[in-house]
Amino acid sequence: MTLFYLFGAVAVITSLLVISQRNPIYSVLLLIASFGALSGLYVMLEAPFVAVIQIIVYAGAIMVLFLFVVMLLNAPHEETEQDERLHAFRRQGPLRFGAVLAIALAAELTWALTRGTGETGAFQGPAVSSVQEIGKALFTDYAFPFEVTSVLILVAMVGAVVLAKRDA
Amino acid sequence: MPTLNDYLILSAILFAIGTAGVLIRRNIITILLSVEIMLNAVNLSFVAFGRALGTVDGQIIVFFVMTVAAAEAAVGLAIVIALFRHRESLNPATFTSLKW
Repeated sequence: MTLFYLFGAVAVITSLLVISQRNPIYSVLLLIASFGALSGLYVMLEAPFVAVIQIIVYAGAIMVLFLFVVMLLNAPHEETEQDERLHAFRRQGPLRFGAVLAIALAAELTWALTRGTGETGAFQGPAVSSVQEIGKALFTDYAFPFEVTSVLILVAMVGAVVLAKRDA
Repeated sequence: MPTLNDYLILSAILFAIGTAGVLIRRNIITILLSVEIMLNAVNLSFVAFGRALGTVDGQIIVFFVMTVAAAEAAVGLAIVIALFRHRESLNPATFTSLKW
């Protein structure tokens, strides 16, 4: 339980810092820390495969892509300062609604989850966690979605190249 | 031992943080990062449900969510690069016309 609170606190605090940083580079690095904490939670849920691909694919590949783009653009962050400097509640017009809606969502989710009846208790039964089981299911029951995924990746790759081409 | 409820509440908190980031921030890259936070919150609840039901399906759908997240990041960042090239800004308020 201590570990759960530790990883949960790290994930929540780093996520909060991600959305409150001015400099996107710090946001990306803090998000990697958040993914590390989530990976620890996956280990606690006896899902080592997910924990490992969380680190390798998410923190290692997707976040490096983000970091690469942030450094490539070298964005002038004075431009956004203008309204980032104001507190989220004190901006003019529709920008204030964003903050109000976010608070409302958090309140609703907390309300919905705390009024749930029946204590669930600890997890029962053995966990199915071996990579062998996952691979077997992936190539039998989920073979079609798995193949469709490859088409999705191909489309994303072609789309990214076309969009980022200099004289598109 | 943490229960299923604990994981779901943590997932809800992370999801709300991600939503807040999307709604409040005015920087496209931070908005994309907030979407990643939301995807991860959902992944956590999938794995927790999979553990509670004793099946492998929760982990498999996380695999697919990660694939979609990778595709989304690649295309989204390509769009960000294209937009930045035209406007020299990352503030979504500057992208108001469909064609220029």
